[in-house]
Amino acid sequence: MTGPRLARSETLGSVRRASDLTDDVAGLGQDRFLPVLPELRELLPGRGLRRGSTIAIGAGGQPAGSGARRMSMAGATSLMLALLAGASRAGSWCAVIGMPSLGLVAADEVGIALDRLALVPTPGPEWHTVAAALLDGFDVVVVAPAGPVAPAVRLQLAARARQRGSVLIPFCLPAGRARPTNWEGADVTLSPAGAVWSGLGQGHGRLRSRELTVASGGRGAAGRPRRATMWLPHVSWLVPQDDPVRAPRPADDAPVRRRLRAV
Amino acid sequence: MNRAAGPGPVGRDVAGEPQPDQAHRTMLIWCPDWPVIAAELIDGVPAREPVAVLHANRVLACSAAARAEGVRRGLRKREAQSRCPQLIVIEHDPARDVLAFEPVVAAVEQLAAGVAVLRAGACAFAARGPAGYFGGEPVAAERIVEQIALDCGVEAQVGVADGAFAALLAARAGRLIEPGATAAFLAPMPVTVLDRPQLTDLLYRLGVRDLGAFAALPPSDVLARFGLDAALAQRLAAGKDDLPLAPRQPPPDLEVQERFDEPLDRVDAAAFAARVLAERLHAGLAGHGLVCTRLAIAAVTADGRELHRTWRHDGVLTAQAIADRTRWQLEGWLTRHRLASGIAMLRLVPEGVLAQAGLQPGLWGEAGEERDRAHRAMHRVQGLLGPQAVLTGVLGGGRDPGLQATLVPWGDERLPESPAGPWPGRLPPPAPAVVLAEPVAVGLADATGERVRVNARLELSAPPVRLVTEEDSWEITGWAGPWPVEEKWWDGVRARRVVRLQVLLADGQAMLLMLQAGQWYITVHFD
Repeated sequence: MTGPRLARSETLGSVRRASDLTDDVAGLGQDRFLPVLPELRELLPGRGLRRGSTIAIGAGGQPAGSGARRMSMAGATSLMLALLAGASRAGSWCAVIGMPSLGLVAADEVGIALDRLALVPTPGPEWHTVAAALLDGFDVVVVAPAGPVAPAVRLQLAARARQRGSVLIPFCLPAGRARPTNWEGADVTLSPAGAVWSGLGQGHGRLRSRELTVASGGRGAAGRPRRATMWLPHVSWLVPQDDPVRAPRPADDAPVRRRLRAV
Repeated sequence: MNRAAGPGPVGRDVAGEPQPDQAHRTMLIWCPDWPVIAAELIDGVPAREPVAVLHANRVLACSAAARAEGVRRGLRKREAQSRCPQLIVIEHDPARDVLAFEPVVAAVEQLAAGVAVLRAGACAFAARGPAGYFGGEPVAAERIVEQIALDCGVEAQVGVADGAFAALLAARAGRLIEPGATAAFLAPMPVTVLDRPQLTDLLYRLGVRDLGAFAALPPSDVLARFGLDAALAQRLAAGKDDLPLAPRQPPPDLEVQERFDEPLDRVDAAAFAARVLAERLHAGLAGHGLVCTRLAIAAVTADGRELHRTWRHDGVLTAQAIADRTRWQLEGWLTRHRLASGIAMLRLVPEGVLAQAGLQPGLWGEAGEERDRAHRAMHRVQGLLGPQAVLTGVLGGGRDPGLQATLVPWGDERLPESPAGPWPGRLPPPAPAVVLAEPVAVGLADATGERVRVNARLELSAPPVRLVTEEDSWEITGWAGPWPVEEKWWDGVRARRVVRLQVLLADGQAMLLMLQAGQWYITVHFD
């Protein structure tokens, strides 16, 4: 056969495939994953929000009502906002159903675009119809059911999310309420596992940043439990090094504050 | 001037453009200071006194008495009040202006056909009909002004020219421009009469100061550099009105229609329906690559009465413009006619359709397929739960974390409750993720179990050690404060004196407590 022979890429050792370089990048549209903040990447299989999956924020492996639960549930709302931040910053539309006391300034601080965020604070008893309607049009939908959820409703919403390629995030840990519920059957379950605030002393200082530990578990690829510790909210305002209050570790990309020098 | 009534010969001038013939002679009725007159007709504000109508803190229209005192359009409110201390100041309400203009249009419609409203205070129609009937344009103009004065008691000025844009300027001057003399009449006018501030600013800086110079620029260059709207403006400046750039046969399915099972009889339901229909119309036009410059609004009430109005604009109608005009017109019909039954069918027909050369922004946010999908989903939820059910957040100012973000219903204008700016005493970041709608009353105890109090010197009676709620009690591991907040001390009713305290609990919860009238409350959770 005349003509040039095409070489196979495996035989050319110096060729690097473009798909090897795109580990950290997940785009929008028909791509399979929505981007998330760098701190949350190692908690999610695929390093992003997989379209069509259900990612629950719940009590995780702990049985509800155990004495240890009071220790760990703080930080759930910030975790939910951080999950939305990466996708919203990249242009996705997000919706939150059933959370009348969401702090929008905190959402803006973490990076969510408020003009692409829809809120339905009081969906009423038919909240699953509202959730199904919004799953059609939005990339990420957070639902905060007021009480325990019937298995049929859970399956129906998960199937709707899978069919439309949206991400369903059931939120089962409202602040200040003693009974966290759980969402069985989610692909990934994230649960806050301890929060340590820094910046507040006894009568002085103010809350600056928190080191939050998040545990993740779930089915399939997320079956192996993982834990990650992150600064949430970010450390952008550094505490001076000689402050008697515990100084947080600076983040990699936080600006370093220079002290004034007399010249 | 004496001119024989009847169609003149249609010729072509040197450039090959068809000369404006009788069909484009437009007569325009203009009521000066219409927002002031409308306020007098509807709200009873005396127009003989100095009155100014404000929009966005600037004077939009003022009465003759105010003008005599030195108040002009475009002044700020304080400046106008300093020039005329007894000035009566009212807010602009476009729906009120349209409502008050309905009787004037009805009066004109008795004598002329095909009346189109440019805006509240100005309406135009073809001059040929009344001129032929009454025997001359000046006679027809006088007759119509008399009819308006008889029916509504408002004074109006008339202008006649080739095209509605020139006719409006002629009406302001009170002149009848001879056919073919329109271009010469327009040439010395400054470019600001085009009412397009960005384009005018640009032209001014380029040295094009009047309409004659603007009309002399090459049209293809204007279209390429400034866009379709400016190309239309250039045609208007040259006196060639109503001759479309690219006449199209509009596809027959452009008009949109909606039947309501429950007839609309409330203004807010009508506003919502108008918005939805306007968005559909704009999406349909944009899908074909078209824009419209005139809009015909038709409604049928539940007992069969038909209402019709045409709106025209000397530029391209954006989606917001279509929605606004539909809403004002519906509000005007519902309020004025006091319809016994509501509106059962609404139809919008685009006219003056042109090929679009440029991107038209949609009603909400940037265009995009995701945006459209999200809007359809939100409309469905609003249909299920009502328009107030789907909300969006707008950041503004305020000291309380709960007040810094305002929730507005989706589709409404995104305005914060308090304006952004420096608010001393505001909590520094990080902001709380949970803001309780109703503060929860709690007890704060010190080491001996006594309630923690704050004295007038803003000192705590003892360091707080336990936080007690109805269900539980927690140990406090860190706290800071008390930070005083004193707001509106000049207002006896709304004055607020509270003290804030940040506390950190043993299990990692952090919250902000507020002491008001001796009782501690939890206001936010730093969840």
